[in-house]
Amino acid sequence: MPGLAVSTTINGDDVEFLCQAEETLLDVLRDRLGLTGAKEGCGTGDCGACSVIVDGRLVCSCLVLGAEADGSRIETIEGMADGETLHPLQSKFLEHAALQCGVCTPGFLIAAKDLLARNPDPTEEEIRFGLAGNLCRCTGYDKIVRAVQDAARTMKGV
Amino acid sequence: MVEVTLWASLGAAAGGKEKLDIEARNIRELFRKLAEQHPGLEPYIKQGIAVSIDGVIYRDTWSKELPEDAEVFLLPRIAGG
Amino acid sequence: MGFDASYTAQKFKSVGSRPVRPDGVDKVTGRARFGADFNMPGQLVGRILRSPHAHAKIKKIDTSRAEKLKGVKAVITAADLPDLTDGNAEMYDILDNCMARGKALYDGHAVAAVAAVDAQVARKALKLIKVDYKVLPHVTDVDEAVKPKAPLLHKDMFTGGVDPKPTKPSNIANRSQYGHGDIEKGFEQADVIIERSYKTEQTHQGYIEPHACVASVNADGSGDLWVCTQGHFVYRQHCAELLGLDVSKLRVTSSEIGGGFGGKTHVWAEPVALALSRKAGRPVKLVMTREDVFRASGPTSATSIDVKIGARKDGTITAASATLRYSGGPYSGMWAELGAMTAFACYDLKNVRSVGYEVVVNRPKTAAYRAPSAPMAAFAVESAVDELAHQIGMDPVKFRIKNAAKEGSKSSYGPVYGPIGIGPTLEAVKKHPHMKAPLGKNQGRGMACGFWFNFGGQTCTDLNIGADGTVTLAVGTVDVGGSRASLSLVAAEELGIPYSQVKAVVADTATLGYNDMTDGSRGTFSSSMATISAARNAIEVMKERAARMWEIPVENVIWENGQAKAKGKKYGNLPQLSVKDIAAAAGNTGGPIAGHSEIVADGAGVSFATHICDVEVDPETGATKVLRYTVVQDAGKAVHPTYVEGQYQGGAAQGIGWALNEEYIYGEDGRLQNAGFLDYRIPVCSDLPMIDTQILEIPNPNHPYGIRGVGETSIVPPLAAIANAVSNAVGVRMTHIPMSPPRILAALDGETAD
Repeated sequence: MPGLAVSTTINGDDVEFLCQAEETLLDVLRDRLGLTGAKEGCGTGDCGACSVIVDGRLVCSCLVLGAEADGSRIETIEGMADGETLHPLQSKFLEHAALQCGVCTPGFLIAAKDLLARNPDPTEEEIRFGLAGNLCRCTGYDKIVRAVQDAARTMKGV
Repeated sequence: MVEVTLWASLGAAAGGKEKLDIEARNIRELFRKLAEQHPGLEPYIKQGIAVSIDGVIYRDTWSKELPEDAEVFLLPRIAGG
Repeated sequence: MGFDASYTAQKFKSVGSRPVRPDGVDKVTGRARFGADFNMPGQLVGRILRSPHAHAKIKKIDTSRAEKLKGVKAVITAADLPDLTDGNAEMYDILDNCMARGKALYDGHAVAAVAAVDAQVARKALKLIKVDYKVLPHVTDVDEAVKPKAPLLHKDMFTGGVDPKPTKPSNIANRSQYGHGDIEKGFEQADVIIERSYKTEQTHQGYIEPHACVASVNADGSGDLWVCTQGHFVYRQHCAELLGLDVSKLRVTSSEIGGGFGGKTHVWAEPVALALSRKAGRPVKLVMTREDVFRASGPTSATSIDVKIGARKDGTITAASATLRYSGGPYSGMWAELGAMTAFACYDLKNVRSVGYEVVVNRPKTAAYRAPSAPMAAFAVESAVDELAHQIGMDPVKFRIKNAAKEGSKSSYGPVYGPIGIGPTLEAVKKHPHMKAPLGKNQGRGMACGFWFNFGGQTCTDLNIGADGTVTLAVGTVDVGGSRASLSLVAAEELGIPYSQVKAVVADTATLGYNDMTDGSRGTFSSSMATISAARNAIEVMKERAARMWEIPVENVIWENGQAKAKGKKYGNLPQLSVKDIAAAAGNTGGPIAGHSEIVADGAGVSFATHICDVEVDPETGATKVLRYTVVQDAGKAVHPTYVEGQYQGGAAQGIGWALNEEYIYGEDGRLQNAGFLDYRIPVCSDLPMIDTQILEIPNPNHPYGIRGVGETSIVPPLAAIANAVSNAVGVRMTHIPMSPPRILAALDGETAD
């Protein structure tokens, strides 16, 4: 079956691709575009490892169809750093050891970026509930929360 | 001569004995003699048993010596996660 | 080898610091490649067909229509995996679990597999495979399975460890027994006896990354396997054995691993992917779905445990006994045995006996899960200990201190303990401010101890010094949580160079000698020992090269602070030579400089922890909120303290999920009802508080730096600590894990919960 033609902007670049109707945006990113930073942890929108931002909105890319992304602006983990300068969240995650195996990390960074964009000065509770859509099995979340708190301070210029 | 204590399921395979006296200088000799004297132990040895010498657990090291008065205890190979 | 592993009580320059890990930037930028992030040219998509029945005879499998579908390149069943196990029962069970041979033993058991040009065709092909099942009665509950009329899984299963051997088959694979002394006499001496039964439900390791691999087998019998695993050398061994390949011809590369916790120490889909590739003549990428992961990998045992403990009025335990029934899935294992070994390991007991029964049920094959079998046994024993202390009127921490094992105690599983950390962790807890924090309405505090073995094992490392003086350290233990940072610190410490000049990588099976898996909390312990050995060997080489550069006898060369120094009156004022200087001249002085080590790291010792937990239980909904959590554990020597803290927190979090929420729910039809993260609910960020950690350092006498394993022990106390906290909060003793809201409400209502 011939694919559907889709035009998007991904991390600032114009990207066009063909995909089947039933392919998810996650499938497209990983299997067609080589952007494997977003991970499939469950395929049903429960774990957040596939988190990306579409038109400024945090979504699970496994719940978005590839075709739905036509005309959209997509941000993935691959676009989070600015050249060789890491985003403050990325730096703080490293500094605070907010990752052990690292497979949930891209999803968390995208979700945290979205959280701080909407709420630049969150309380610990707001951070915890804001990130409740991302599962981590290694860290117990303690160091993740501390990293986000520290990044928020840095980004505010405190 | 070393006195070796078998954990109880191993004891069942050695005819119900919990303690055995074996003449062996190292782990390899110990396994060989055990299998010879108590053929029921052979499948356990093949599957893998660990030897505890004075509280320290050794796994595969055949050449590990068995000191004369050491407390030698045979344990199953343990799985970790 | 001549390597002395004894503890040297040295002062550290690098070890104990907290630098950023070497694989960190890749992981925060999405560049790191996990199991499913790799592709081979021409690869096919593999998919597995699984039994929808808990127990069924497979009468016939018709794959003809699937084979004819356009785009399908191979279809396999057990017929494509001939039995090469030659009487090795353990390998046979692995083979049968990878692909059912005649009987489906659980809902999710693999019965066939396809390799096709894309996922769409593969899914269609699975639907075209016709399997003719004869459904059999099933049993999924560990207590039901031991009843005389229970459906039998294996007609040839006669309980092992029993003398004389039983004449009738049963679902009890094995009986094991540990202990010493006279428990009847001991109970007679007791003033107070607690006797209770406990149950824990089955849980899954819950790693976020599903099993994934890319397999390629060539016509000449050579093969490549890219896979997320905790032990690529063991995977190579098992896959080669099962497929009849030469071990040396199968190259296994470990990807970054997205969580394992023991669940990735066993092969599941990898032999299937290799068999598909062999038949299709093309690489096959096989990624398990989340549903497959729950139905057909992991999980840990479900248990049913009876405990009886007696003590005198002064708090001395006089006798302790336990009977432990553990489910192993459909195959025999040693899970009950491990439970029996660890149950009373924290205590110094004169009279103790634990008996374990390994029970088979129609559930997926039990796999190791972080300190396998210990958390459940600890839940039962520590709950009983708490009740006992309460009845005697003694503080639970003081009661445990009075009975704690110490150096010289005979352990309940046999050997006498060397220097151990349980006393110190209890003393630290007694003094900890958490114990004095005030509690409010509906709140309760609980504490508990835990024990786990640590492993040593076969380990190799290669330490190569580049022409610019920087160091590459190739290790064979897969990095599950930051060990590359710790091992780099160790290499830097030994060589006396900055951490930034060491780069640690995980080698593949073709480029390094055999390494046992990363399990048993052995990754840092074993590889650090091999790293120290390799570094010392490299230093010997560098001293010789320095001697050549100076043209002096090597006896006059010493190594200090990362430099070769000439000593003595005659040569003492020769300028020092750094690693960089020596490396620059390597080509002239004898060639590339390296240190190697191949050892069996022994003397890993054992590990103890004590946890404290505060909870608040809502009496209307039965929901439990964890208010505060503290982990105190002995690490021997924390190489990278931040990552040690991470292990403590991660294990505690898994234990919290297990204690409050997580369980496998089976229907009457024997099918798993909650095979997904929505209904198998692991803790999320908003469920947990900050988790406080206190690292104790009681050096391990059998490691040069005193290092002990740390990865597993922290999952052992939480079930009991939280059960004690909840029981104190609601005023009713909880005996069934998880303590989900329905069970707590039932306990409050005074009913016996299911």
